[in-house]
This record gives sequence, structure tokens and C-alpha cells, in this order.
Amino acid sequence: MQMYEEQKSSCPVKVPVECRFSPYTDNGGTTLAIAGDDFCVIAGDTRQSEGYSINSRYAPKVYQLSNGSVLATGGMYADGVTLVKMIEQRLEWYRHAHDKQMSSGALAQMLSTILYHKRMFPYYVWNTLGGLDEDGKGAVYSYDPVGSYEKQKWNCSGSAGHLIQPFLDNQIGFTHQKEKAPLTLERVVQVTKDAFTSATERDIYTGDNLEMFLVTQNGIEKTRVELKKD
Amino acid sequence: MLDLSFLPSGRGGAVTDLPDDQDDAQTFAMDAAAFSHPSFVLPSVADPVAWMKHQMSDAAENRIKMAKGTTTLAFKFKDGIIVAVDSRATGGTYIASQSVKKIIEINPYLLGTMAGGAADCSYWERELGRRCRVYELRNKERISVAAASKLLSNMVYAYKGMGLSMGTMVVGWDKTGPALFYVDSDGQRLKGDLFSVGSGSTFAYGVLDSGYHCNLSIEEAIDLGRRSIYHATFRDAASGGSVLIYHVRQDGWQVISRTDVTELHYQYAEEPRPSLL
Repeated sequence: MQMYEEQKSSCPVKVPVECRFSPYTDNGGTTLAIAGDDFCVIAGDTRQSEGYSINSRYAPKVYQLSNGSVLATGGMYADGVTLVKMIEQRLEWYRHAHDKQMSSGALAQMLSTILYHKRMFPYYVWNTLGGLDEDGKGAVYSYDPVGSYEKQKWNCSGSAGHLIQPFLDNQIGFTHQKEKAPLTLERVVQVTKDAFTSATERDIYTGDNLEMFLVTQNGIEKTRVELKKD
Repeated sequence: MLDLSFLPSGRGGAVTDLPDDQDDAQTFAMDAAAFSHPSFVLPSVADPVAWMKHQMSDAAENRIKMAKGTTTLAFKFKDGIIVAVDSRATGGTYIASQSVKKIIEINPYLLGTMAGGAADCSYWERELGRRCRVYELRNKERISVAAASKLLSNMVYAYKGMGLSMGTMVVGWDKTGPALFYVDSDGQRLKGDLFSVGSGSTFAYGVLDSGYHCNLSIEEAIDLGRRSIYHATFRDAASGGSVLIYHVRQDGWQVISRTDVTELHYQYAEEPRPSLL
């Protein structure tokens, strides 16, 4: 964010001074979510960058929410943090008003409206929401910054989204393939690791650590895998 | 899961203070805020509209890309209305999705189509669905398609010039029979028998106009809609994915089919074609 005030100098010559409001920065990073029959894997790398600088090697942008869903945020880190704070508050209000946890479907719609209410001044965030739906099946919802969303089986967005998404279409969706392997949790975890290690080799904004949330009916397991640091 | 056993069971405090038996006017007056226009957060700059326009332009340092590029169509015929759309979303040159649902189910008798900003269409058509429900509860009858489309048109007209982008068709069946309206974010609202909206609309119109007449059978009409979208996806790079078709009848809408365009490509390729000489 840059804001320039009028130049103060002893020079008697006045020059035009640029004033602009540019509140957005892209902090990079990649997020991924894959839904299985009775599980969901949500993952993201933990690098935080600005231009060619690495600000942090461990700044997680995948959040476990209090209703048992997991939200992965990409784009501007500060907006992501603000958004998650806001969602957690709304989840708490919902618990007090209705005496139950918000379902993942309701949360998905609420996130869309929260994003749209900032249609004229958007959160610079690409969200992916993962978890189990009302029937215990894996569910993935992906969003654009102003709240357009779609329920999917797998999604990858962020700085290496365009590198990983076609790989997932092939390895998870089996597009243009004759044989389709069953989608087990073990296979999804392996595909996720392969996607991130490979993306780290080609995308400067992806690296350092991979944080994965494995959501099943037994609860949520969080794991961390090291990625290359260069 | 959070332990909530300490909370009293039953309904929460939010709705217990409803009046027992009062007339509609008072019930609505009590919670007027819930039925008002939604409000939006604005950036603290002199000209928020120009600012937003810049953020979405190519010149912006961190550009906000909205899903765009579409072919949608709808037409009336003797047995109702056919609505057909593609399913591609593009952000710049990247294909963001091949599985977008561009037909929005407003309620069992009303459909809306999506062209332009995906978020704008889905948000305002959801809001339209809510208002149509409120209309039903107040008036004890369904809203007409003309009135529903005008609600939508008036809602977006209130935000004219603020950067909303939507080109939609509101389709349904009411007391007057099948009805089809085109509504866009400029505030334009047109009644018609045949519309196509989006970047691939010119291609779709070409096929549609060459085969359209009012007395098509249901099968012929479905095929014409499907072919029109297919040919649009063939020539317009921003359209593609699969063709989704709905049929609107007196008893509400019906999903007809969802077909991958690649399948259609080989299906149509095998059909005999007239000689060019």
C-alpha cells in the first residue's frame, strides 16, 4: 500500500505529485482441495512472498474453522486473515442463535454473500472451502474474489493453480483416460504431495512447507511436509 | 466439534420474540431491515467506481479477474420455452472452469441465465428469488415473469454505472403462459420470443434463426437449442465445456440434458451434409 503526500522541500519549483490508493498485494501461494467419497483433503503451501522477496517460510493460509470445515485462502494474506476472523465471528453468532453448528453448505453460501458485500471494494482472496457435507460426503467449494462459487470434486488455485489444475483433472478426474483408479485417501495424499513438489520446481511463489488437512468422519488430521526452500 | 451441551435446547433467542398473532403489515414492519436493499462496503477514495474499474482493468498491478465469456440462449415455441447454455468460465485466457451452471433456478417456475460477471448474476438472481418468495407470502399467489424480471431490472438499475456486469434472461410460466425477458445491468429490459446473450451469441443466433419457427416439436426445439450452443462453442473460444438444456412448461421447468461438446462434435460430424455445389 502506497500513499504519497505532497512533496515538502526547499525547492521553489512545484512538481505534480501522484496520489493513489492501491491497497492490494499478491502474497502468492498455492491452495488445493480434493473431495473423496467420505473424506476431503485441503492443502496449501506456507510460503509468503512479495515480489522477489520471501517474507515468511511458515505463514499458514489454510484454516480449520470451528464448524469442522477447512478454508484455504490465496492472494493477499492480510485480506485472508481478516476474512477468516469475520467468518469465525459469524459461525459463533450462528451457534448462539441456532444452538447448532453451521453446515458446510450453509457456510459455502454465507461466504459467497460475505464476499459479494464487498463487491465494490473486494477482498483480494481466492478461497477454497473443503469439508464433509450433510451426508458425510467430501465437498469442495471454490470462489472468485467477489463471491461466485461452485461445488466441485477437486480444485487448485493460487500462483501455481494453472500448473496443478490440469494435473488434477488428469489424475483425479481421469479426463481422456480409459482406466480410472479408485480414489482412496492414500492416493489423494500422494497426488497432493506430487503436485506441490513439482509446482515448487516451477513456481517461485510456491515452496517451503506443505500443510495438509485430512478431513474424515473421525475428525481432522493436520500434517506437514517439507518443500524445497529455494 | 465444540461442546454445546451447556446451551439451553430448543430454538435460539433470535426468533422467540415474534408476535403471536398480528397482521402482515406489522410483522413486516417489525423486521423491515431484513427486507431492505443490501448495502455494500465502499473504498475510501474520491471516486469508488473509477477505482474499481481500474482494479479490474489490464493496467492494474494486481488485477481482479472475474469469470467471463459465455453463450446463452432461450426461445419460446408452441410447447413452452427452451433454455440452453454452455458451461465455460474464463479468467483472461485461463479456463477457470468447464462446469459452471449458467442456468440459475430462481424457484420451481422461474429460471435465470448467467452472462457477464458470474458473481453479479448469481447474487442478484438469488436476491430475486428471495423477493419472489416474499411476494408469494404477501399476495398468496405466484409472481408473474414480467414482475419478477422488473424486480431484477430495478434492483440492478439502482447500481447503474457502478460496474455491475450482467446480461440475463428471466424465463418462466405464469397466468399469461410462457414468458421470456432479457434484463441487463444497463437497466435494459426487453420482452421477446428469442434471445441469445454473451460473447458467442452471434454464432448461436446464426444457427438459431436458420432453424427457428414457432411450431417446432419439443424434440426439434431441444435439438435446435443444443446445436446453436454447440456451434457457438466451436467458433467462440470463450465458450465451451458442455451444453445444459432446460425446458419450461406449464408445470414448471425440467432439466433436459447436459452433454459434453466433444461428444456432440463427433455426433454432428457423422451426420450427412448438403453438398456445397
